[in-house]
Amino acid sequence: MSDTSSSDKPWLDPQQKPLIRLEGISKQFGGFTAVDDVNLDIYRGELFTILGGSGCGKSTLLRMLAGFEQPSTGRILIDGVDITQEPPYRRPVNMMFQSYAVFPHMNVARNIAYGLKKEGLPRAQIDARVAEMLKLVQLEDFAQRKPDQLSGGQRQRVALARALAKQPKVLLLDEPLAALDKKLREQTQFELMNLQYELGITFIVVTHDQEEAMTLASRIAVMKEGRFLQTGTPSEVYEFPGSEYIADFFGSVNLFEASIVAADPGYVTAALEGDGTEIRAATDRELAVGSRCKIGVRPEKLLISQEPPSDPIYTVTRGVVEDLAYYGNRSIYRVRTQNGQVIQVSAQNFQRSAQHLVAWDDEVYLSWDTRCSMVLPE
Amino acid sequence: MTRAASPGTGDRLWRGAVIGIPYFWLALFFLAPFALVLKISFADPILAQPPYSDLITWSEATGYRLQATLDNYRFLVEDNLYLVSYWRSIKIALVATILCLLLGFPMAYAIARTPQPWRNLLLLLVMLPFWTSSLLQLYAWMVMLSQQGVINQVLMNLGLISTPLKILYTNVAVYIGIVYTFLPFMVLPLYTTLERLDPDLYEAAEDLGASPTQVFRDITLPMAMPGIVAGGLLVFIPALGSYIIPAMLGGLDTLMIGRTLYDEFFLNRDWPLASAVAVILLLVLIVPIMLFQSLQQERKP
Repeated sequence: MSDTSSSDKPWLDPQQKPLIRLEGISKQFGGFTAVDDVNLDIYRGELFTILGGSGCGKSTLLRMLAGFEQPSTGRILIDGVDITQEPPYRRPVNMMFQSYAVFPHMNVARNIAYGLKKEGLPRAQIDARVAEMLKLVQLEDFAQRKPDQLSGGQRQRVALARALAKQPKVLLLDEPLAALDKKLREQTQFELMNLQYELGITFIVVTHDQEEAMTLASRIAVMKEGRFLQTGTPSEVYEFPGSEYIADFFGSVNLFEASIVAADPGYVTAALEGDGTEIRAATDRELAVGSRCKIGVRPEKLLISQEPPSDPIYTVTRGVVEDLAYYGNRSIYRVRTQNGQVIQVSAQNFQRSAQHLVAWDDEVYLSWDTRCSMVLPE
Repeated sequence: MTRAASPGTGDRLWRGAVIGIPYFWLALFFLAPFALVLKISFADPILAQPPYSDLITWSEATGYRLQATLDNYRFLVEDNLYLVSYWRSIKIALVATILCLLLGFPMAYAIARTPQPWRNLLLLLVMLPFWTSSLLQLYAWMVMLSQQGVINQVLMNLGLISTPLKILYTNVAVYIGIVYTFLPFMVLPLYTTLERLDPDLYEAAEDLGASPTQVFRDITLPMAMPGIVAGGLLVFIPALGSYIIPAMLGGLDTLMIGRTLYDEFFLNRDWPLASAVAVILLLVLIVPIMLFQSLQQERKP
C-alpha cells in the first residue's frame, strides 16, 4: 500500500467514507436510556472495540447493529445505505454470539452451511465454502461432529466460521473470548486478529475486558451509561485518557491534586498540591488558570532511585518505600510521599541481583519525565 | 480401605432401596394385575363366581392339566366389531392428538416467551382444569353442547345458523372432550422443551438470513421434537383407552375400544374376552412406543 498513513488510520483521512455510520442513536427501554445519542463512524477493515462495564449499553448498541433491537431515534447506515428498518436477516452483517448459539441439532458442517443455504447458493458452492471455512478455523476433522462433542474453543470456532461463511461486510462479536479459559483466550485473541487482517472484514467487538480491547483493537470506544466517553487507538486512550475514569479503567494511575497556574496553547502549567511542584504538561483542552485538575502518572513512567536525577526534565518528589512486590522481571513499589500520599511505581529489574536494590524503608526519589504527566480535568 | 473408595453397605442398601421403590411399584400395580388379566384372557367364560375357568385343573383321573385357550383372541379377529372399534379408537386418538398439538404448540410457545411473573400465572391457568373433577367438566360440556346449550344459543343469536346443530352425541363432541381434557398433557412437556431453548439460537438463525417462518421450521420445530413426542404420547395413550369421554359425549357410532371393554366386562360379563381386548390394547400401545424408543437409541451415537 502506497499511502500507509491513511490506510492504517482511515478515521484521520477526511477523504475516506465510513463503512458504518451511527447517527444520533438512542435506545430507551421503558424509562431507562440504554444508549444515549451515540454518533460513530467505523471504517472498512477496522477492528473496532466497544469497551465498557456491564449495563453500559454496549450490547444494546451491538444488537441494534445486528437488527435485534430498533433504535428509539437515529439512523444506522452501512456503505451509505440506511438499514435502520431492515430485519436482521436482510442486513449485510453477521454476529458471533457470546453463547456462540451453535445449533445443537446440526453437525459442524451443517452449522456452517446454514447461512449459505438461506442465501440459496448452489450445493457445490456451499460445499466448497464450508470446506474453506473448516480449513480456516482448523476444524477439517470435525465436520461431522455434533456441537455437544466439541470443546468450548471448538464451538467458538464453529460460531466464527458460520458467521464468516456469509462473507459479511461487518462481523459483530459479542464478548468473543469471555467464555474461554485464560490460556485459550490469549491464543484465540491472536488468531482473531490474524483472521481479521487476512480477510479484511470489518470487526466490531464488544467487551468488558480492557486488556482484550487494548490488544485487539484498531480503535476503542469507551462507553459508560449509554454514552461514548472517548474514542481512540489503544495507545491514545491509555496515554492520553480524557478523564480520570478512563485513566483508571486502563491500568493503574497515580493521581495528584493540582491547580492550573498558567495556560498557553497546547500546554498547561499545574502546581501540585502539597509541595507546590510545578508541572508543564501537554493537553488539548482549554483549562482556565486557577481551575483545579488532577495530574495522572502511570506507575511504569516513574523512576525510583536513591539519588536525585540531575536532568531538569524530571519532576521529582521524595518518599519512603512502604511496600515492595517482586515479580522477577519487574518490581512494584508503594512509596509514601512526604505529604502522606501513597504512590505506586512499577520498575523493570534491569540489573541482576539477589538483593533488592531498593528495599523496605529506604528513602527514595520518585521522578518522571514531565511529558508523561496526564492532565485530567475535574 | 477408605469410605470414599467404596461405598459402605449402608450406602449400597440405601441406593438399592431408592432404585428399587419404582420397580416395586411397577411390579405391584402394573405387572401383577397385567399377569392376572393375561391369565384370564386364556380362560373360558363360565357362569360362576369368578366368571372364568381355572387355567390349571386337577382331577383324580388326569392329574394336573393346563387348560389354556386362544378362543378369545380368535373371536376378536373374527368378529368385525372389535377390529372396527380398535381402528376407530386409534383414528380418534390420533386426530385428537394432532388437534392438541396444533392448539398446544402456540400456547406453549407463547407461555415460554412470556416474562416471568406472568409465565407462572399462565402455567397455572393451563393446569387449572385439574382442580375440578373431570366428570363435572364433562357434564358441563354436555350442557354446553346440547341442542339448547350455550353454543347453539350463541350461534343462533348471531344468525349463523337457523336450527340448532347436533353436536352432543357425535364424534365432534368426543373430539372436544378429549382435546379439552388432555390439552395440558400436551402443553406442559412442550413448554418445558421450548422454555429451555436458548433464544440466541433464534437470533443466530435470523442473523444468518432465515426469515421468521424459516427459523420456526429449521430451529424451533426440530428442537421441540422431544416435547412434541412426549406430549403426543401423553395425549395419545390415555385418549386411545378413554372410556368416560366417548361414553358421555359420544353417540352410538362412537364405539371406542374403552367402551367395548367396559361392555364386555360389565354387561356381557365375559371376562376372558374383555381381558383379551385389554391385552391387545396394551400391545397396540406398547409396540409403537418401543419402536420409537429403539429409534431414539439408534439416533444417539
